[in-house]
Amino acid sequence: MIEMFKEWYDARHEYAKEWKEKTGGKVLGYFCTYVPEEILLAADVLPVRILGSHEPQDVTEPHIFGMFCPFCRDCLAQGLKGRYDYLDGIMIAQSCLHIRQAYTSWEMHIPVPFSYYLPMPNHVQSPRALPYLKAELETFKKAVEEWTGKTITDEDLDRGIEIMNRNRRLLRDAYDTRKAADPPMSGLEAMYMAVSSQMIDKTEHSDVVEESLKELQTRKLETPTGERLIIIGSEDDDTTFIDMVENCGSTIVVDDHCTGSRYFWNQVESNGEDRLQAIAQRYIDRPRCPTKDWEERSRIPHIMNLAKDWNVSGAILLQQKFCDPHELDIPIIRKTLEESGIPTLFLELDVTVPVGQFQTRVEAFLEMLMEEDLF
Amino acid sequence: MAEDKYPTEPLKCWEEAKQLRFKYYEDYKNANETGGLRWAGGAWSFDAVPYGLGDDVYPLTGEPYGASTAFDKEFSKKCLEAAEAAGYARDLCSYMRNYWGSILLNKFTFGGPFPKPDFIWQDHICCSHAKWYQVASELEGGVPSFVVDVGVGTFDEMNDNKVQYVAGQLLDGIDWLVETTGRTYDDNKLIEAVKSEFRLTSTWAKICELNKAVPAPLDEKSMYSLYVFGVLSKAKKEYADFMDKLLAEVQDRVDRGIAAIANERTRVMSDTQPPWGFLKVFRYLEKFGCVSIGSLYTFGLTGLWEDKEDGSWGAKTTPMEKGVTINTREKAIEELVKWNLAKPEWQHFYHPQLKSDMMVRIAKEWKLDGVMLHYNRGCEGLSLGIAENRLALQAAGYPVLVFEGNMGDEREFDEAGTMGKMDTFMETLGVI
Repeated sequence: MIEMFKEWYDARHEYAKEWKEKTGGKVLGYFCTYVPEEILLAADVLPVRILGSHEPQDVTEPHIFGMFCPFCRDCLAQGLKGRYDYLDGIMIAQSCLHIRQAYTSWEMHIPVPFSYYLPMPNHVQSPRALPYLKAELETFKKAVEEWTGKTITDEDLDRGIEIMNRNRRLLRDAYDTRKAADPPMSGLEAMYMAVSSQMIDKTEHSDVVEESLKELQTRKLETPTGERLIIIGSEDDDTTFIDMVENCGSTIVVDDHCTGSRYFWNQVESNGEDRLQAIAQRYIDRPRCPTKDWEERSRIPHIMNLAKDWNVSGAILLQQKFCDPHELDIPIIRKTLEESGIPTLFLELDVTVPVGQFQTRVEAFLEMLMEEDLF
Repeated sequence: MAEDKYPTEPLKCWEEAKQLRFKYYEDYKNANETGGLRWAGGAWSFDAVPYGLGDDVYPLTGEPYGASTAFDKEFSKKCLEAAEAAGYARDLCSYMRNYWGSILLNKFTFGGPFPKPDFIWQDHICCSHAKWYQVASELEGGVPSFVVDVGVGTFDEMNDNKVQYVAGQLLDGIDWLVETTGRTYDDNKLIEAVKSEFRLTSTWAKICELNKAVPAPLDEKSMYSLYVFGVLSKAKKEYADFMDKLLAEVQDRVDRGIAAIANERTRVMSDTQPPWGFLKVFRYLEKFGCVSIGSLYTFGLTGLWEDKEDGSWGAKTTPMEKGVTINTREKAIEELVKWNLAKPEWQHFYHPQLKSDMMVRIAKEWKLDGVMLHYNRGCEGLSLGIAENRLALQAAGYPVLVFEGNMGDEREFDEAGTMGKMDTFMETLGVI
């Protein structure tokens, strides 16, 4: 079953097109995981996360100044190349300025019938954020109703919430299996599992995760676990890189990425009364993107807990080149990890990564970790 | 060198502006000696609010400080290298790195050790705003901080929910200021400061409007030294009074046909912060009779604008001019929020088309022949969408010069290459 996630990831566009044909439903592309998918699912819309393809490209140069991150340019390139030509709508929830440009340029040059900018609050630590976001979700819900022609009832919202929560619970369970001394799944497999959840019908995805969990109970990886690593940083679906790291004598056992654990970590705690408030609370409470992690730094205790609970021996910090929000967090995260005895390796990601050069650095890092084990 | 066509003369209030700027940094530096308070924050922070703590509360806004530091290339380089040595990426905001570097080196650009603020009072619309002062606080061993999120969307989509979100944070911020400083809060001082801000930011727009005249009474290089009061402390009464004086003087220049540059032959605007260490670029253009009349940056970073009945873009009518009564803390905060959310330079954080529309409008109404876009590697916020702006300006029929650089990191500015591009641009505009 676990192979299914890679198949979905590789054939994401074909899947969405078939889904559309089969259901007659609408597909919405979103640029950031602060988008409240619960409301889209309540309207029977398929939300798919727009990601890059990790191929060199030159189509975005006239649209986005080269000092912005390669990920936002790679995303826009997919649109300009017509790879998401099946989308009925696009949206973004306010997060970083970089990905916002992919969204605005997409809106200007690849028009779709529905486009929405959700002004997700940045000051999520303020008590003012909850009522504000709740009201914005009401506006968003109305916009979705108008677009789809479907009235979203409380029952629809309950269904949307439960579909998302089930997927989140199952992904947490799958991540929990990696706490074992010999994790039954690799970091690469976990990445395919988590990222594919962002582009596949959630119920279908959850069914396969559920089946996979049964398989994981008795599964053993062919390669030894080696050093247990956490990967931390911005968007990351660079499977080639992850595969290389795990082939050098390590296993990635957990992550703090918006393509990974940050996407599914916490649930909507709905008491069946004020559903939009419950949804708003979930997005305010979720493990934060650095753009929203102030005035207090909540990411650091969260990352330290991950490192402890998954018993990691080292951390690789992966940052999209030019990603200001992560650049602003990385020095203190590295310092905190290292002061706690967890060595770190910092690498910058681009649309394509220099796997050969990175391999040399990863091998040196792992050798250092192994020496620490030895002595 | 193009021949002189118009009379010109220096600005009479230039020296006063210089003294006011000097005093700003001196006041901040010396505040604690006389029992006053120092606070640090961004140029867009709601500086009217801390004025409610008393007349002896002095701000240091980070962006102008970063720009002033950049002007001293040697010191700036040391600051940038210190920030990099501390682990901060070279492509981060260069103002921020100049500021952090000053803390790390414990050297104030205006002399002496870097003065530690008593509290931080910041706003947040760019990814770096809150994080700038989060790191600054850590580097200074912990400074109490309060940040107000203003990222609620464009002004044309404003609603009560959005206004109340920002206003609510500011009201919480007042409680926080009282708790943090142990001072009482004077709502009358807040109201006075809010009114000063309305006055200053509207007056600056009126001054910029006067630059529609041919010849332009002001050139952009000079404007940088004048608009700055709106980013040092836009709510300071003394600065609002100065703006009134400046408006009268610029109006007089227009009435008498006094030009900023005597040989004006062609008019352009720039965009984003300039490379502060290389302002001579503007003087170089003057050789060809080219005047930069300003930019959306110089007009709208501080100035507040609105559509006028005749269809033109002009200074925003203040709440006082509209007869709005401001007599409570809550009302002052609400009006302050509505006023700030209309700021032109906040609009394009949400969509480049909004900026393109404003730029094309300036190009038409200020009678421009071309546009120079500074692809500024030092500021992700104001470079946001700049490539789309270029396409829109070209589509509107304006020749566009693009040059790359960095407002606060001279290592990223190719002086010779840029001057070469300027020559070509002048050829395009037909002045060579």
